[in-house]
Amino acid sequence: MALTDGTEQRRPRAPLAPWLKGSLLTLGSIAVTMLGLLFVTFIIGRVMPIDPVLAIVGERASQSTYDAVYEQLGLDKPLLVQFFYYLTDVMRGDFGMSLLNARPVSEDIARVFPATLELATMGVFMGIVLGVPLGVIAAVRRGSWIDQVARVVALVGYSMPIFWLGLMGLLIFYGILGWVGGPGRLDIFYEDIVPARTGMILVDSALAGDWSVFKNAFSHIILPASLLGYYSLAYISRMTRSFMLEQLSAEYVTTARVKGMSERAVIWRHAFKNIRVQLITVIALSYANLLEGSVLTEIIFSWPGIGSYITTALLSADMNAVLGGTVVVGLIFICLNIFSDLLYRVFDPRSK
Amino acid sequence: MNMLEVENLWVKFPTRQGIFDAVRGVSFTLGKERLGIVGESGSGKSMTGRAILQLIRPPGIVEADYIKLEGQNLLDFSEPQMREVRGQRISMVMQDPKFSLNPVMTVGEQIMEAYLLHNNTSKAQARAKSIAMLEAVSIRDPERVMRAYPHEVSGGMGQRIMIAMMLIPDPQILIADEPTSALDVSVQRQVLDIMDALVKERGMGLIFISHDLNLVSEFCDRVLIMYAGRVVEVCDADKLHEASHPYTRGLLNSLPRLDQPRKHLEVLQRDPKWSEAPSVGGHS
Repeated sequence: MALTDGTEQRRPRAPLAPWLKGSLLTLGSIAVTMLGLLFVTFIIGRVMPIDPVLAIVGERASQSTYDAVYEQLGLDKPLLVQFFYYLTDVMRGDFGMSLLNARPVSEDIARVFPATLELATMGVFMGIVLGVPLGVIAAVRRGSWIDQVARVVALVGYSMPIFWLGLMGLLIFYGILGWVGGPGRLDIFYEDIVPARTGMILVDSALAGDWSVFKNAFSHIILPASLLGYYSLAYISRMTRSFMLEQLSAEYVTTARVKGMSERAVIWRHAFKNIRVQLITVIALSYANLLEGSVLTEIIFSWPGIGSYITTALLSADMNAVLGGTVVVGLIFICLNIFSDLLYRVFDPRSK
Repeated sequence: MNMLEVENLWVKFPTRQGIFDAVRGVSFTLGKERLGIVGESGSGKSMTGRAILQLIRPPGIVEADYIKLEGQNLLDFSEPQMREVRGQRISMVMQDPKFSLNPVMTVGEQIMEAYLLHNNTSKAQARAKSIAMLEAVSIRDPERVMRAYPHEVSGGMGQRIMIAMMLIPDPQILIADEPTSALDVSVQRQVLDIMDALVKERGMGLIFISHDLNLVSEFCDRVLIMYAGRVVEVCDADKLHEASHPYTRGLLNSLPRLDQPRKHLEVLQRDPKWSEAPSVGGHS
């Protein structure tokens, strides 16, 4: 972020092309948002009633050791200077050491994040593939049995606690029926067979061409992913339905019918094109939610993702890990927002 | 020769308070002429137009003895058969181009689509035809307009685009549903003239739906006056001032006139008897 910021200021003052101006503005707003995010996490780190020095040296350390570490951490400097140090560290991808395992937090996050990414991507994919058509059909056949079914499905999705559904899923599909793999990402037998290139086991095993690992990983991911997929389906299908209802009553839909178009073309070529922008926002939000780490799901399924990582860190007062995780989650949120903003411009001619 | 014959048309909407009749027993015929349908909001004039094209969505119900297009009863047509009728044989221009054009498709895509739906030709030919059609509705830079999105054109231009789009498959009948009501007064006339010229040149029948009595009397050959879902009076447009029905008279008297300025304009007094009386036949 700092790099892009710097080049931005060094540009000559010649009139800029509109698209360039637009992207510079976007970059600028990203930089500001990031700065705000880092400031908030920094302040949280400072106001937490956890003494970072004590956490490192332990309670029985002498005063001189304590003071040395205090200085080493830069805590004797003014707050603004500390923030500056924090900022430069984070820019270099340095979130400090984890207190639990004395490894860099950034390494930990690089290890756990792909697990969450894999799970969330699969979940949101299922949510889109099933939720969007369900929402469209529910809107087109408003009041029919399929609309009622969609309503009930969504209602259950909204209101059922995820830990209960997760446990029931495990009990039925793993415990009783034995259709899927249990908790964890792989059976222990398959671990460490394929080289970790992306950290996403499905991708890694496919790249390595090892389909037995792929199959095992798939049997493990399918249940938690379906669970998350169900929640995003509930949200996506409801929103799709209401967006579609709004468009179907628009005059241009009548125009399309007057032209003699089939109902299917009217729905998908005309009405659906108009909800894409709104749908992108909903999907991005849903995806961001899953990427933040669905803590409960990850814990129930012993999924070593960022949600369970941050939770464990928080419970053991490992502030560096917590803050590092928070920054990463915030960054994801910002990136997804930018991405959906960019897609807006592609799909909505009015935004140009 | 009548192109369109409508006999005893009803449009009903079931509501919680019972069935609401939006159109009640309307009958008329249309030849190669300009037939005006005038009435206030809710008089059923738009519903009449949409019922002919079978565009009334459920739960709305359309009933009629027959709706004949060149002798064929449209009520017997299946939905795929109706799709052949829509656009290709009967077309409709709606009120506000801001809403009746799809905001996320270019003008070109939308016009070409209308042509390609009914003509099995190449895209290049559809494009050439669309450009010619845009020229026919007096659009100066058709190439540029083809690439434009609806929000980039003015209202008057939007309505001319709409007319081009609806006339490109060469329909026999055009239903114009308040085509100028959303436009600036300054371009209303221009749009009407273009539409009129095209309709005449192609020997089409035109159903012109409007609430504007003056406009209709100037522009049309024959006028149906609708009130509460019924046709209360039919007359030749140039004899509108001789109309006898109290509703028509009331409407005429409530209009200001340049040539006979008046201190007070009459307020229309509605008589509940009008809505109960049977429809007047609109046959020519």
